[in-house]
Amino acid sequence: MTKDEAVARLTDIIAKFVDYTGKVLPDDVKKKLRELGDQEDTPLAMAIYEAMFKNQELARQLNRPSCQDTGAIQFLLKCGAKFPYLGELESILREAVIQATKNAPLRHNSVETFDEYNTGKNIGKGIPTIFWDIVPDSDQLEINTYMAGGGCSLPGKAMVLMPGEGYEGVTRFVMDIMTSYGLNACPPLLVGVGIGTSVETAALLSKKALMRPLGTHNPNERAAAMEKLLEEGINQIGLGPQGLTGKNSVLGVHIENTARHPSVIGVAVNVGCWSHRRGHIVFDRELHYTIDSHTGVEL
Amino acid sequence: MAKKILTTPITAEDLADIHVGDIIYLNGHITTCRDVAHRRLIEEGRKLPVDLDGGAILHAGPIIRTLSEDQYEMVSVGPTTSMRMEKFEEEFIKETGVKLIVGKGGMGEGTMRGCRDYKALHAVFPAGCAVVAATCVEKIEEVNWKDLGMPETLWTCKVKEFGPLIVSIDTHGRNLFEENKVTFNQRKEAAIAEICKQVSFIK
Repeated sequence: MTKDEAVARLTDIIAKFVDYTGKVLPDDVKKKLRELGDQEDTPLAMAIYEAMFKNQELARQLNRPSCQDTGAIQFLLKCGAKFPYLGELESILREAVIQATKNAPLRHNSVETFDEYNTGKNIGKGIPTIFWDIVPDSDQLEINTYMAGGGCSLPGKAMVLMPGEGYEGVTRFVMDIMTSYGLNACPPLLVGVGIGTSVETAALLSKKALMRPLGTHNPNERAAAMEKLLEEGINQIGLGPQGLTGKNSVLGVHIENTARHPSVIGVAVNVGCWSHRRGHIVFDRELHYTIDSHTGVEL
Repeated sequence: MAKKILTTPITAEDLADIHVGDIIYLNGHITTCRDVAHRRLIEEGRKLPVDLDGGAILHAGPIIRTLSEDQYEMVSVGPTTSMRMEKFEEEFIKETGVKLIVGKGGMGEGTMRGCRDYKALHAVFPAGCAVVAATCVEKIEEVNWKDLGMPETLWTCKVKEFGPLIVSIDTHGRNLFEENKVTFNQRKEAAIAEICKQVSFIK
């Protein structure tokens, strides 16, 4: 395979995968939605879940994006320092988004700021957003793809608390978002919480938290306990599907954390909507790939 | 219970017996209308190119496939966050005579007043169910303000049994989301108190 062929192949696979993730939800999300839907017993909540399941079925049958807001495309990479196409990756990802936009088709969601025009291709300055983690001594490329919709991006918030506010302050920060913006962000939500020092560290962690498969826990025992407490607490609010009341509110709560400066606790929240369009694909240096977010994918 | 179906043009009388929490459907026409269209009418004072008297709008930015010069197909359409239009909606209802506003999530005090005083409804289409919505669209009949780009263009659609639409604001001054919010906030405070007993990690 020449370099040109490799670049074309990688672009093609990523384009098709992005296209696919706009039409079919990941296995873990599908399973959790079934589980939550089965618990509802009011006509309103049941009617909404019924529409959601019918929608996913129709999207697959008709080969259409399941939600019209196919988001601003984001890629969270763990790229081996020895992955042979590291240098080409940024342009490959941009090209893949252009292809997916045309073929899926995806909605045009990239508006240049200040000049305020829609580029019509889903690319722009900093879009698709690419978050890099370089992995030393690896020749693999791991990509989390994400469609960051407007509705679920809107509740996003970060702030720096004083240590005196403690994890109690973190709790209030998260909970207040649920009843203000959260209920309009298409519950049941996946809630990502980042805890670190400054706003940008917390914010990035809160987005990374959304990339974790449902049912996984923070390796720190206390953080895992807090995930569970928040999940139960937010479920008790009973937002239900679409914020129109029900037995539950969330798909899960994920916390990602780093150490902090002793004088501050940076905290951020990012939420994913029920239509949590995340994909996970891993390439080896020969560009063989495995997909573990969705079973039975044929690209 | 029989399906409650509204047909455009909608009159104030059609809406009198409808209450928050009801599930309704729409036959006739609905036009997508969101942020910039609202701004143009209210802030810029420009006339809307579509007559909405007795009509319906959808807070949405769809995915459209262009079939030919003036032929379009609705691929995927679903509601967007209605609250973004709150700032304009009361005046919008007054100016246009629109009778049904479909979107996502709740709207505020102004829209409630507009719906009560000028007789209109706000209803929620289950968001994220964009293919269900698109398959209720029989035809795109009119296209206006294309300069706004695909999501913001005013797409006037002929629809059949468009729904389910869950009434969130009725003509009687009730606002389902605002009422729910009171309960949600009470439950939230109880949950926070409970969690805070268990997260005193800084000692």
